[in-house]
Amino acid sequence: MSQLFNRQTNVYSRLSILAVIAFLLTLGGIVGLLNLSGYNTGQNDYIEQPVQFSHAHHVGGMGIDCRYCHTSVEESSFANIPPTKTCMNCHSQIWTGAPVLEPVRASFRENKPLHWTRVHDLPDFVYFNHSIHVKQGVGCATCHGPVDKMPLVYQQAPLTMSWCLDCHRNPAKYIRPRDQVFNMAWERPSNDPDFGARLVREHKIGSVEQLTSCSTCHR
Amino acid sequence: MDSKTAAHYPAPPPVIAPGHTFETVTEKISRIVLGGRHPLGWFIALGIGFLFVNVLMVSIGYLLLKGIGIWGNNVPVGWAFDIINFVWWIGIGHAGTLISAILLLLKQDWRTSINRFAEAMTLFAVACAAMFPLIHTGRPWLAAYWLFPYPNTMDIWPQFRSPLIWDVFAVSTYASVSALFWYTGLIPDLATLRDRTKKKWLARLYGGLALGWRGSARHWQRYETAYLLLAGMSTPLVLSVHTIVSFDFSVGLVPGWHATIFPPYFVAGAIYAGFAMVLLLAIPLRKMYGVEDFITMRHLENMAKITLVTGLMVCYGYAMEAFYGWYSANQYEEFMIYNRMTGPYGWAYWMLIFCNGVVPQTLWIKRLRTNLVWLFIMALIVSVGMWLERFVIIVTSLHRDFLPSSWDMYYPTVWDFSTFFGTLGLFVTLFFLFVRVLPMISIFEMRTLVPAARVAGPHDPNADVDVTYGGNQ
Repeated sequence: MSQLFNRQTNVYSRLSILAVIAFLLTLGGIVGLLNLSGYNTGQNDYIEQPVQFSHAHHVGGMGIDCRYCHTSVEESSFANIPPTKTCMNCHSQIWTGAPVLEPVRASFRENKPLHWTRVHDLPDFVYFNHSIHVKQGVGCATCHGPVDKMPLVYQQAPLTMSWCLDCHRNPAKYIRPRDQVFNMAWERPSNDPDFGARLVREHKIGSVEQLTSCSTCHR
Repeated sequence: MDSKTAAHYPAPPPVIAPGHTFETVTEKISRIVLGGRHPLGWFIALGIGFLFVNVLMVSIGYLLLKGIGIWGNNVPVGWAFDIINFVWWIGIGHAGTLISAILLLLKQDWRTSINRFAEAMTLFAVACAAMFPLIHTGRPWLAAYWLFPYPNTMDIWPQFRSPLIWDVFAVSTYASVSALFWYTGLIPDLATLRDRTKKKWLARLYGGLALGWRGSARHWQRYETAYLLLAGMSTPLVLSVHTIVSFDFSVGLVPGWHATIFPPYFVAGAIYAGFAMVLLLAIPLRKMYGVEDFITMRHLENMAKITLVTGLMVCYGYAMEAFYGWYSANQYEEFMIYNRMTGPYGWAYWMLIFCNGVVPQTLWIKRLRTNLVWLFIMALIVSVGMWLERFVIIVTSLHRDFLPSSWDMYYPTVWDFSTFFGTLGLFVTLFFLFVRVLPMISIFEMRTLVPAARVAGPHDPNADVDVTYGGNQ
């Protein structure tokens, strides 16, 4: 009986075992990395808005406080998007003819709100409340990044559940004094290792069990 | 005292009919695969099976389209056909593993002619079983992240204290070890088929699957070691898998589930249902392919005896459930057993007692035990009974739980039935395809049973023909 397979077959069949393992590892790695990447999370994506509003100019340049526009952030779950009238407080006086502001004026004239595109969009099954985070000393910049340096706002954090849990499992690493929440330039003191833990006590932040209970965020 | 010694009892009949040689064994079994002509029964069985595979595909397609609302389960009976069928199928698989692993370690030579197709039965039963946990999520493409622990962006793991996650590991271990065991056992036979086929492409296909098997002494030595190790690995699985399946219930607090008898009771039930299924397959197969010489009356009788023994163990479980109801002095437990016997599903309970408790008692009688028609009918009844057992445990326990305000009836829908019958079709289809393309009885192990294989010693005149496993003839 003639040979069914040639001599190299042994090498190929052994290599194919390695190839299967390598393929599965590569596939798993690719899926895992894609899942983590901005391609999936939307991290670092610039989002087109109806008006080219620059936080870098208004916050960084002019020094306007976050709460001038996002008025409800301290009391409400939602840090509101300002109405056109807030824009017109200034822009009825300055840059009144600027072509870039035409959509704002049109919105004011026709009494139709601007349709901003949401940048930080959490899934619907997550309950998120701005007011409690602000009250307990989570700075705006902690989650939203250096907004005062963003010409167009992008999502700086991945907003994955593991990212949320990083802080909920160890808030001491992230929180700051209450009066520094809106300070974009604040830096935690490097010479005080007990700083965060003290704040957690002072702010009476709940236990890790409470913060990581399913129903804290999934209600 | 009976003064008879072992010598007074007749030796058991041989496990292979007289007159067979290495060549006839090899020829007879490999011809089923390579001979080309198949009996009419094969076409009929495959046709019916395939019809129900289509029913299964329609049922699953509609399920994915509409969601699990098409099934009858709802509060308070949140678990119904999906888990009944899962437990039923996974239980059936256990006979295959018991035959191939435990009986091998116990040196029961009669296992040889039934282990191959019983192992195939295990694999296909596990495939049918595994389908239910996947499809009952309604979105099986997400089931991977619900079931398996892997590093994820949520930074959480499945609940390791839940028996449901233990179940995932138990069943996936079971499936992979069974597949490995089955395939390892096939390798020498695949080489035999490679050497016997006249078609070049078929020789290459079987040759590739035989992984370069040449039948050298070194191959055999490694092979025997590997096979024994796999048998050792499979042996605890016979007990552990259904133990963990029973934890799905007994770890819960529902009356009717929360009982310490559950693990042994479930394992016995699994082997019981499994042997009934092996009988259901063996009786028509040996007739269809004329392999009565290999699957002899002794095999069927032995299997009938195991069915009887495990059936008695299961009955002990039923008795204990009733006993616990009284002994617990707990009103919920008492009510559960009272309701199980006399409540709206009482008919199912008494049918189950009839199928699993009464009918198998006929196996005490040798004339009925060796009557093929009765054995087949009995195996069918036991299969139905074991399905009813899971139905009774799951549905009657849930439909009257602690809160009378949530008491309700469970009615399966047509989709519940079509999915179940669909998996039966899948099982039959896979099984008959297996019979067509692979040797359903282990050729090389059967060769060890023929008289010429009984080599007396190193100086035996027969020893130099290297007949222990017959080489690659």
